[in-house]
Amino acid sequence: MNSTSTQFVPSRRMGIHEPIHQMAMWGDFKGLDTSPSMILEVEAKLDNQSEDTSHGIVGPSNKYDQEASKPADKVLRRLAQNREAARKSRMRKKAYVQQLESSKLRLIQLEQELDRARRQGLPVGGALDNSQLGYSGTTNPGITTFEMEYGRWVDEQNRQISDLKNALHSDIGDVELRLFVDSGMRHYFDLFTMKATAARCDVFYLMSGMWKTAAERFFFWIGGFRPSELLKVLLPHLEPLSEQQRLDLCNLGQSCQQAEDALSQGMEKLHQILAETVAARLLGDENYYQQIGAAIEKLDALVRFVGQADHLRQETLQQISRILTTRQAARGLLALGTYFQRLRDLSSHWSTHPRESA
Amino acid sequence: MEKIVKLASENGILIMSKSSCCLCYAVQILFQDLGVHPLIYEIDHDPEGKEIEKALIRMGCSGPVPAVFIGGKLVGSTNEVMSLHLSGSLIPLITPYQALSNVK
Repeated sequence: MNSTSTQFVPSRRMGIHEPIHQMAMWGDFKGLDTSPSMILEVEAKLDNQSEDTSHGIVGPSNKYDQEASKPADKVLRRLAQNREAARKSRMRKKAYVQQLESSKLRLIQLEQELDRARRQGLPVGGALDNSQLGYSGTTNPGITTFEMEYGRWVDEQNRQISDLKNALHSDIGDVELRLFVDSGMRHYFDLFTMKATAARCDVFYLMSGMWKTAAERFFFWIGGFRPSELLKVLLPHLEPLSEQQRLDLCNLGQSCQQAEDALSQGMEKLHQILAETVAARLLGDENYYQQIGAAIEKLDALVRFVGQADHLRQETLQQISRILTTRQAARGLLALGTYFQRLRDLSSHWSTHPRESA
Repeated sequence: MEKIVKLASENGILIMSKSSCCLCYAVQILFQDLGVHPLIYEIDHDPEGKEIEKALIRMGCSGPVPAVFIGGKLVGSTNEVMSLHLSGSLIPLITPYQALSNVK
């Protein structure tokens, strides 16, 4: 079957059974181009046919009106059945088209994941760790977009790290170096903006960390890296530091830890409240949907928490940048970028060298 | 709104909160960690809760809860409190109230 237009059986020839025939024809579309324009064209044709079906029957029935009531009853019944069949047929068509659309999205998602896996140098098509493929539990378009953008973000990040390394080994001045630092910082802030949008689409997905690699997930805290961890990683690589800088960084570390602890405890409370909401009145069956509704409201709080954690990450980065000189900040960004890169490399190495059982 | 102004001026550190709000709880924990005991006013237990909420939004509080007042002035919501703390500016603001709360 090469094109859809030649496959339509003219409606006039068929009687009541036409809507069911149309259903069979939709099965024929499996091998076809399912781009949106094609789907619309197909829809328009099917729609015309459904309308024609009922019109086709209404025409000839007029001549029955003058006869006795018994045949008229039959006619009316036939009309009603036909309308019902046509209606059901339209519903099935709608469901089928929706299925096609989500399959299309899923296809795009899979292609992106394969792309990303190939870029990471994995043997695509072999036995891959699920975490490398990313979380594909839903075909949420917002999440598909996020995964795509995140993939590009990582590529850009790798480029920036390489540029920064070259810049630091060359003898460029502070003014130029500042440009590298500023764009590096902005790049992290861009990620936080992307995450905020993704959190509104599917906060569980963001919290799961499935969009990151396995080793990064190990260090996860409310949707990303721990700000206090950030400082600990960077400190040894920022030397030499002045006494004032050392003091400022120490104070920053302490404030960061306190803010983190406060958010962690808030999260624990949220866990507790969500658990209580879901677990309330388990043995009564009427309020099931109310319970789910109440739980979903609590999920908005989770979105706020992720936003707050990212805000803490951003503030920490900004404060560090204020305390350091340009050159120190450049070294810090390089160290940080390399650290995350190593975690990603560790994950990909881990997944391509499966451990053998002892 | 007079109620808010009154509460804020009467209490060194005031946190307008909701009993179900976990972010409010987090801010509360932070202040306790810093050695102060703010007054937690739960607006969902106040019959005028809705008006208070609207007033807080009008005052520029993004939450609208938690809304933190120090020395009678609105400091902001969680974002502002966190930013202040990381920049080292929160502790100087609350120091006058650390001694007081110990006396209590």
